[in-house]
Amino acid sequence: MHLKELQLINFKNYESATMHFDESVVVFTGKNGSGKTNLLDAIHYLCACKSFINPIDTQNILHEAPFFVVQGSFENNDKTEAIYCGLKRGQKKIFKKNGKDYERLAEHIGQFPQVIISPSDATIILEGSEERRRWMDSVIAQYNRNYLDKLIQYNRIVAQRNAGLKQGNLTDELLDILDMQLPDKGNYIHAQRIAFIEQIQPLFHHYYEWISGNAEAVKLEYDSQLNNQKFEDALLQARQKDRMMQYSTLGVHKDELQMKMNGFPLKKYASQGQQKSFMIALKLAQFDILAKEKGLKPLLLLDDIFDKLDEQRTTALMKLVSQQHFGQIFITDAHVERVAEILRGINCSFAHFLVEQGSITRNEA
Amino acid sequence: MNNYPSTLLEQAVNEMSSLPGIGKKTALRLVLHLLKREPIEVANFSQSFTRLRNEIKYCTECCNIADQLVCNICSDKNRDRSLICIVEDIRDVLAIENTQQFHGLYHILGGIISPMDGIGPSDLNIDQLIARASSGEVKEVIMALSATMEGDTTNFYLFRKLSDFAIKISTLSRGVAVGDELAYADEITLGRSILNRTLFENNFQK
Ligand SMILES: [Zn+2]
Repeated sequence: MHLKELQLINFKNYESATMHFDESVVVFTGKNGSGKTNLLDAIHYLCACKSFINPIDTQNILHEAPFFVVQGSFENNDKTEAIYCGLKRGQKKIFKKNGKDYERLAEHIGQFPQVIISPSDATIILEGSEERRRWMDSVIAQYNRNYLDKLIQYNRIVAQRNAGLKQGNLTDELLDILDMQLPDKGNYIHAQRIAFIEQIQPLFHHYYEWISGNAEAVKLEYDSQLNNQKFEDALLQARQKDRMMQYSTLGVHKDELQMKMNGFPLKKYASQGQQKSFMIALKLAQFDILAKEKGLKPLLLLDDIFDKLDEQRTTALMKLVSQQHFGQIFITDAHVERVAEILRGINCSFAHFLVEQGSITRNEA
Repeated sequence: MNNYPSTLLEQAVNEMSSLPGIGKKTALRLVLHLLKREPIEVANFSQSFTRLRNEIKYCTECCNIADQLVCNICSDKNRDRSLICIVEDIRDVLAIENTQQFHGLYHILGGIISPMDGIGPSDLNIDQLIARASSGEVKEVIMALSATMEGDTTNFYLFRKLSDFAIKISTLSRGVAVGDELAYADEITLGRSILNRTLFENNFQK
């Protein structure tokens, strides 16, 4: 899948901009705050119907402008598809494919897959287990619609259960009924998460080795209370504790995805560069899974990922992602020449755009 | 907008704006409109609410809103008294009546079980339902609750309470979209769901 053209009107700091991308590797360079990340965000909008930075749509409209428009032209297997995204203040955002409105945004999401790697990914490593579950869920849900349905149902039951436990008036009779609805959803989520980790693990190892030059051993470990006990039985055993704690202490909502390096927790043991390499390898593995499940190569968006990576790892990464295996990639960097020099060094042709406060020029040098 | 020229006006506006979805501006517009009408019309208008509140009854059989102790549906000799359809509230009764596919009686629960909203089984008209079920007159109950997790939970709860009796317990076939509230389903879907109701026991098989 290739994005051939991108057009912005009143989007973030751009009053108006048009870009053509014939190359598979596109580089945006500019100072911090120049708006280069906003270009990736515009592409993200076209694919995922939302910003990856600011979830409040209207705040992505240029200051005091009445609306924004982001348009893109995608090419996939010689078929060209025009995507339109428009938001007027006080109205619903509108998405169109080839001039035709979608009734629901959900119909659009997933048709033009993307994988973004950005500094904010650090939260997946550094924050609580919820962030890692959210990441797993968001990837699985992109190729398994049923998973999302089960997850929503499961979370609803747990929310009701927690509300009842908190109020302290939940009878055993009613708790029985809530509990009998959990296993079929919970076991499905558990099984899908196991399958996902099994699928992503070897891909992840492969990419980490490539970037790090086989320097450290990394591993994903899926911890779940359901790994070695039956959900139904465990729920019953946990009941007294649940009543005391006033919330549901057992289930897949307590799952953890352990991230390890040389057998130790990544968060405490690894350097920032190693953590960054870990996250990049994980996201590239995510790319492979989506490409396989969707049958088309997602766009790969690399936002400002070179900080904390030494030159060796940066070069290894550029060599890797500029291969045919990955489709089209978009890269931002604050250094004007760093990425360009590496790409020239590995004989990779690319488009280079210089970004300055709301204006974009193609660097033909 | 707090300096009304008349305390009578202010009071009326305050009362009107106490209704859900009515703001102060709308309330003022409605109150000024009432002021333009004949005194007798306004008297009829306000009296209808007073009477509604004072004289309304809840049917002693199905718990529906009624004028008499027994509602029109429960006292209709032509309806099948062996068949009871359990619903959340009167809006569902109106929706099912509009399908013209159902000729039994109803039982209005007055809500569904949802701890998040502070609604437990004891807040619903379940005892009255058990009393009806134990009368021997009922052969089948249809559970026509929303196809949500809360609807399912209530179904399971009622099923447990009713399974002691020799009564067939069925539930709507899931033609009604998952996540939709019954009152908002279209007539064709709802009518078909009533005709194709399924045995609740079959829900256990998955
Ligand atoms: Zn009645």
